[in-house]
Amino acid sequence: MNILYDERLDGRLPQRSKDEVVAELSRSIPDLNLLHREEDLRPFECDGLSAYRVLPMLVALPETLSQVEALLKQCNRLKVPVVTRGAGTGLSGGALPLEQGVLLVMSRFNRIVHIDPEARIARVQPGVRNLAISEAASLYGLYYAPDPSSQIACSIGGNVAENAGGVHCLKYGLTVHNVLAVDILTIEGEHMSIGSQALDSPGFDLLALMMGSEGMLGVITEITVKLLPKPETAKVLMASFDDVEKAGAAVGAIISAGIIPGGLEMMDNLAIRAAEDFIKAGYPVEAEAILLCELDGVEADVNDDITTVREVLESAGATDIRLAKDEAERARFWAGRKNAFPAVGRMSPDYYCMDGTIPRRELPRVLKGISDLSRHYGLRVANVFHAGDGNMHPLILFDANREGELETAEALGGKILELCVEAGGSITGEHGVGREKINQMCAQFNHLEIATFHAVKAAFDPQGLLNPGKNIPTLARCAEFGAMHVHDNQLPHPEIPRF
Amino acid sequence: MSDQRFPTQDALDSLRAQVRQASENESPLRIEGGNTKAFYGRPVAGETISTIEHRGITHYDPVELIVSVRAGTPLAELEAALASEGQMLAFEPPHYGPGATIGGTIATGLSGPRRPWSGAVRDFVLGVRLLNHQGQEHRFGGEVMKNVAGYDLSRLMVGAQGTLGLITEVSLKVLPKPGACHSLRLDISLTEALSQLAKWGQKPLPLSAATWHDGALHLRLEGGPSSVADTCRMIGGDSLDNAYWEDLREQQLPFFQQNDMPLWRLSLPANTAPLEIPGIDAESLIHDWAGCQRWLHADVNTGTLRSICAQAGGHATCFTPDKLPESAGPFTPLEPMVAKYHDRLKEQLDPQGIFNRGRLYAEF
Ligand SMILES: Cc1cc2nc3c(=O)[nH]c(=O)nc-3n(C[C@H](O)[C@H](O)[C@H](O)COP(=O)(O)OP(=O)(O)OC[C@H]3O[C@@H](n4cnc5c(N)ncnc54)[C@H](O)[C@@H]3O)c2cc1C
Ligand SMILES: Cc1cc2nc3c(=O)[nH]c(=O)nc-3n(C[C@H](O)[C@H](O)[C@H](O)COP(=O)(O)OP(=O)(O)OC[C@H]3O[C@@H](n4cnc5c(N)ncnc54)[C@H](O)[C@@H]3O)c2cc1C
Repeated sequence: MNILYDERLDGRLPQRSKDEVVAELSRSIPDLNLLHREEDLRPFECDGLSAYRVLPMLVALPETLSQVEALLKQCNRLKVPVVTRGAGTGLSGGALPLEQGVLLVMSRFNRIVHIDPEARIARVQPGVRNLAISEAASLYGLYYAPDPSSQIACSIGGNVAENAGGVHCLKYGLTVHNVLAVDILTIEGEHMSIGSQALDSPGFDLLALMMGSEGMLGVITEITVKLLPKPETAKVLMASFDDVEKAGAAVGAIISAGIIPGGLEMMDNLAIRAAEDFIKAGYPVEAEAILLCELDGVEADVNDDITTVREVLESAGATDIRLAKDEAERARFWAGRKNAFPAVGRMSPDYYCMDGTIPRRELPRVLKGISDLSRHYGLRVANVFHAGDGNMHPLILFDANREGELETAEALGGKILELCVEAGGSITGEHGVGREKINQMCAQFNHLEIATFHAVKAAFDPQGLLNPGKNIPTLARCAEFGAMHVHDNQLPHPEIPRF
Repeated sequence: MSDQRFPTQDALDSLRAQVRQASENESPLRIEGGNTKAFYGRPVAGETISTIEHRGITHYDPVELIVSVRAGTPLAELEAALASEGQMLAFEPPHYGPGATIGGTIATGLSGPRRPWSGAVRDFVLGVRLLNHQGQEHRFGGEVMKNVAGYDLSRLMVGAQGTLGLITEVSLKVLPKPGACHSLRLDISLTEALSQLAKWGQKPLPLSAATWHDGALHLRLEGGPSSVADTCRMIGGDSLDNAYWEDLREQQLPFFQQNDMPLWRLSLPANTAPLEIPGIDAESLIHDWAGCQRWLHADVNTGTLRSICAQAGGHATCFTPDKLPESAGPFTPLEPMVAKYHDRLKEQLDPQGIFNRGRLYAEF
């Protein structure tokens, strides 16, 4: 089923003429940079999920908070939907524009407002790139822990909206664990500060609610992040396996030994070959799987842990174990993993990146299921994972120029996600639901739970103007998709409101 | 896991029936676990609904670092089960009595001395099951480490004190206990301690608790045996019994007993200087969490205390609200805009006001 906005299933959107909206906004916010000619809008028609493209009605590029505030007030008054965009690296179509909506681009809010090394915090604007925070903090021996592979490009505002994760998240947590406060503007154009520089705040944990809310509850305008001291040392082991299941089991064995690595990543043969071909990381191309295990912390502990992990890997059946001999080799080992997506991209005209999470013990079964599905649908799948977290990134290789292959890739992707849910997991670990996984939400949640999500949305955005159609499906969509599962023998269909 | 030591019991049906009944009658409910944290918040009028019969660990997988547990399970029982596998709740929740339940731990959201280094209760919550205001069962999050599907209602329940739903089960991330643990006492002044902590904070040291009180800085070092030993040598000082941290967490130190005045908990940004509170000697406070959590006994004007904390970027909670004037309230009043969205959330999620009405704030 097509994931583009469908008013019949996703709800009717207010209709305003573009001319009217442009006229109103230019009149009331004369200094706001507005793009409305088709050739200016083109670059914004998709995010990292480039298979889906929609030209926005217009694009706003504000530079000041008062412009954002005024824009939201006007849009709220005119009932024009607003889709917020950070750096546009999202892989689930969260920033996919709407034909009837304004695309609010936050990229010009790119200032690091303040770094306080003694309190170990940084206050930053939402358009600041993830990596730029660590670069600025490194002056003080500090860094910002969550490191999505897109960290060179993605914005911290987008990270908050997606609750982004990365290689370090097994030990240091996701965005939600590393943000102390956010400022938001509501759709009504009102300021609200959530959280604080203290470790807790009175009332509900609205900060947690904002993390991963995908631009649906408010526009994030400032973020206070926690900074951590750089570990004294970091060392990485690469273990090769002749069997994917053995590698999967080794992951559990390391954690059973009481060790939480700084990073624990796994790649299968297709991904290894792609990365080696692209980066020359020194990967063993004949291995069925490799594990990269990084241990970081105080020198003495890291050395102790290396010994333990080596023993664990040996008894788990690793065919070869290599310790990166110096910083350059360590960087090379990681470069292969961090570039796995583009590397796989070189093997095929298009690829489709999935983001399911499963309990680690289910890894062998799910891998086998993926390989069966891959054969059934006739498309290759390369696997890279944040293995320590059970967060899988199967990459489906396809060619969009071949009749029907995009649809086949989508169908295969959907099946993989349903397999994850069936194994007790989730349809998304870090990339978000966006527009891409809107149908699979119906498989993970029942109609009551989805209604509760809508209730939360209604508390913040009663008119449903912020990023409509993303993240939470309507019950009508779920009914259509046919994947609504039934709890307590309560049939979902009779009382379904069609909104 | 079926361990004779830890009885399990599924009382979901009766909890559901009680909530449905309350919903039909539009009559309020007062959620109760082990009654150890009843003091924490405003009094609630309503029929008692007890989670205590709904207990037991439903799933524990040490390799996955995950445990799922029914709300009425005694905290001590959960901790014993984890300890038998060499694991722990890294947020070190306070019990405040033998009956403390995991439901109350989640609902009140209190964390122990390790909090600044390991994270709070909410940082370890992976999923919850709850009954909504109509007694319908919901499941948010789950048993995987990462899950960003939908809004994070699991964490929203932490510290909401049961005002948004009745938690029936929770899934938590657990961690291995550290390989080594050693505690130290250093006789240094408060200002020296705070500035030393700010410096140490920028270095990767195996610190897991730091408290200044009684004229000395108390430190706990946890991690690999090598680094703990090295750091002990570097810092010096005298050895301290590790039991100190439990006494601190459970408010069993003499400091907590000695006084009839209200007990306050101040939550402040890292590296906040000693506060100037009229009539209070800064050195009489317990400075826990490397200074981010401070305890004091004071009969000061509530508004004055709260504005001093607000100016420093923090807030103040009264742990003995019965000693405050009725109007004061245990929790710092919310900013108007934040309060508005609290009201709206309560209105959406518990429109009849069934659950723990007025527990956090009179308005909801
Ligand atoms: C090669 C590659 C690798 C990646 N690896 C990872 C990874 O390892 N881990 C990971 O988690 N993700 C990864 N991603 C996905 C993506 O980079 C993240 O989701 C990132 O957080 C998106 O940030 P962005 O600024 O590009 O957001 P955008 O794509 O612009 O927007 C994403 C969502 O955030 C909302 N949003 C953006 N800014 C704001 C704001 N200021 N206020 C409110 N809402 C806002 C948008 O409406 C949208 O819903 C990867 C992407 C690519 C292309
Ligand atoms: C406000 C609140 C919300 C809770 N929400 C949940 C929830 O969502 N899900 C869940 O499973 N458990 C919930 N609990 C139960 C929880 O288990 C306990 O509240 C408690 O915090 C943890 O157990 P405990 O023994 O540590 O605390 P307890 O001390 O059991 O909690 C105290 C509760 O008992 C009431 N109470 C006890 N004695 C009196 C008295 N004499 N007069 C007036 N009131 C009295 C308090 O109002 C309070 O609700 C909630 C508890 C509280 C206090």
